[in-house]
Amino acid sequence: MQFAHTEEQRLIRESARSFLASRAGAAQLRAGLEQPGAYDAQLWRQMASEMGWAGLAIAAEHGGAGLGWVELCILQEEQGRHLVPSPFFSTVALAAPLIEAIGSAAQRHALLGRIAAGELRIGCVLSGTDGRPPCEDVAVELNTSGAAWTLNGVGDFVIHGDSADLLLVLVRAAGSAGADGLSIAMVSPSAAGVAVHPHVMLDLTRPMSKVEFTAVALERDQILGETGAARAPLERALSLASIALAAEALGGAERLLEMTTDYVKQRTQFGRPIGSFQAIKHRLADMMVQVEAARSAAWYAAAVAQEGDDELAEAAAIAKSYCCDAFCDCAASAIQLHGGVGFTWEHEAHWYFKRARASASLLGSPAWQRERLMRIVAGGAAATPRF
Amino acid sequence: MRLGFTPQEERFRGEAAAWLEAQLTGPFRDLRGIDMGSGELLARRQEWERALGRGGWSCIGWPAAYGGRDASLAEQVIFAEEYARTGAPARLAYMGVELLGPTLLAFGTEEQKRRFLPPIARGEQFWCQGYSEPNAGSDLAGVRTRATLEGRANEAEWVVNGQKIWTSYAHFADWAFVLCRTEEGSQGHQGLSYLLIPMRQPGVTVRPIRQLTGGAEFNETFFTGARTAAGNVVGAVGEGWKVAMATLSFERGVSTLGQQMGFRNELNAIIAAARANGQIDDPDIRQRLAHAHVGLKIMRYSALRMLTSAESGVLSSEAYTYKIFWAIWRKKLGSLALDVLGPAGEIASRAPYHWGPLPRLFLGSRADTIYGGTSQIQRNIIAERALGLPREPRK
Repeated sequence: MQFAHTEEQRLIRESARSFLASRAGAAQLRAGLEQPGAYDAQLWRQMASEMGWAGLAIAAEHGGAGLGWVELCILQEEQGRHLVPSPFFSTVALAAPLIEAIGSAAQRHALLGRIAAGELRIGCVLSGTDGRPPCEDVAVELNTSGAAWTLNGVGDFVIHGDSADLLLVLVRAAGSAGADGLSIAMVSPSAAGVAVHPHVMLDLTRPMSKVEFTAVALERDQILGETGAARAPLERALSLASIALAAEALGGAERLLEMTTDYVKQRTQFGRPIGSFQAIKHRLADMMVQVEAARSAAWYAAAVAQEGDDELAEAAAIAKSYCCDAFCDCAASAIQLHGGVGFTWEHEAHWYFKRARASASLLGSPAWQRERLMRIVAGGAAATPRF
Repeated sequence: MRLGFTPQEERFRGEAAAWLEAQLTGPFRDLRGIDMGSGELLARRQEWERALGRGGWSCIGWPAAYGGRDASLAEQVIFAEEYARTGAPARLAYMGVELLGPTLLAFGTEEQKRRFLPPIARGEQFWCQGYSEPNAGSDLAGVRTRATLEGRANEAEWVVNGQKIWTSYAHFADWAFVLCRTEEGSQGHQGLSYLLIPMRQPGVTVRPIRQLTGGAEFNETFFTGARTAAGNVVGAVGEGWKVAMATLSFERGVSTLGQQMGFRNELNAIIAAARANGQIDDPDIRQRLAHAHVGLKIMRYSALRMLTSAESGVLSSEAYTYKIFWAIWRKKLGSLALDVLGPAGEIASRAPYHWGPLPRLFLGSRADTIYGGTSQIQRNIIAERALGLPREPRK
């Protein structure tokens, strides 16, 4: 039993932390939001290529560093501490495992190689306009009845969809139902019939777009892997992405705890630092209890992902639901304990509060994850929570 | 990262499980499933402690010289897991095995270790803890029980006067470890000593306290001129606070790692009850069962983190949060149990006030956030020691 990071993994964290400390301060990141695509393109290039983060968990045969999900989750956690806006999550933590799980050997080599090189930003179209979890209702239809295949429908909540070089689109074969007939199509955002409409999202640090597909022509080799066989491998990829998101939430919660601890030590009222009052102490203690539990959940799930264990779906549901809830609670406490300052636009707390909310919604809410967990561990069924 | 245990550790698991299964389907089958809150079958459970001792399974983490088997931390966790999984009874020897034993190993003299540890490991001597007093609960430094050294040098004895409270198992204990004020006029943490006092003597009176569960596992213990030999002090005279705090850290530390298998049994019983009465399909109940499952798994993951860091000799940050996490979790589990059972859960299994396992969990778990440091004290400790917030102003 060795449930702790190795020396090499600790070095990866230290290097990421010092890089982001110098390059991803709050003011720098807020300035990045004004750039096209709402992120700092130069920072993304540095992270992806110079630091080698984009290829960290991609196999060496595709040009990556050949490390695994534990290392990738360390990067997610460190980016979560700063809420770094970048195509990293969408491309490296969501699209790459999809390609790895579903793509043919040739597709994997071509796409993963370009991701590892930092040359490809991918937007994943997995939900419809009501934003239900992937596969709950698939909004884009694949029609294979004519001579040419076509896509029609409206996908939504596409992370960094407006700056993506490539879209991976979850599609359902016309007339299919349930687990059958699901495929992943590779579509260029500039293809005829594709229209990308960026939203203004609650969480400005993770922009999302609606993407319309109107009679978009599709060649057969634009399907990732086998046509109609996406469901099972998609599950695995979504578990991996959920674990990466949990790690990011952990990083955010951890940073909020530090930020709030520092604040209550220096803020004085009634002639004492407010951190000496039990009403304040106890709420911070509760934050720490949640942060430590979230750390256990996120780290364990990452280790399971690395070891290819059969408890992957369970560990992912536990980590995603717990870490996202903990992040939301910690963000709420951070605002409360900062008082009026915490309610201002200028203070950082609201960025975390909004990211926490948005992360909870993504890839199935905590309640949705818990129902999924119950089906795995106890059987029975209730109506699935809608989101 | 490497999850899971080594093949050698798994062999140890097999050996422990085989022994426990054989005992609990054989001579001790009547003790299967007896939990901490059950006050029954005391004599049989003392026999069980002796059987554990004969099998070499009582104090496995202790050095062999004192009756243990030098088991690694991983083996201790494995044994605790198998112990709970096989439904072995809650341990009457807990205070000696998990609290006094580690304290003596850390602070005792060689003579004290040789005298007191082997009888605990053999299941022949039972201990209780004399810390709290009517006016010294969370503020334990308010201890008033006095001990004074009387008699000539080589036959001097401590003479003890005072009252202890919440002394679990005092009604059958042979010995008590007691925090006493040994320096006249001293206050707070100063002037306290950690004495070992025989319970079976005229100066000791034990009065049971009935708990809200209806049972009476804890007591008031009165010392009126009780005596113990001058050498029965652990650590230096006047240094008792340090020793007592170490005991408390054992109570909150690695010894709790195996308890989760018992929690698992409780959650399984609730899920089984929910299946039986159809509550398993209720969306709200399902969410709460899922929360319980998440919490239980997180306790396991955290325990594995603590185990890894304990093996490398570091007390890691999750160790501060472990007690409050499980205590709050189990209290919620108790409420969930009764919500699953519905009104049927409020009918006693028999007179006068005897309850089945799930209602007993509901009632008994109210103590979890009180004993071993209340959740309020736990939050103070987390805030002041782990987060470094300024201390509460104290007199």
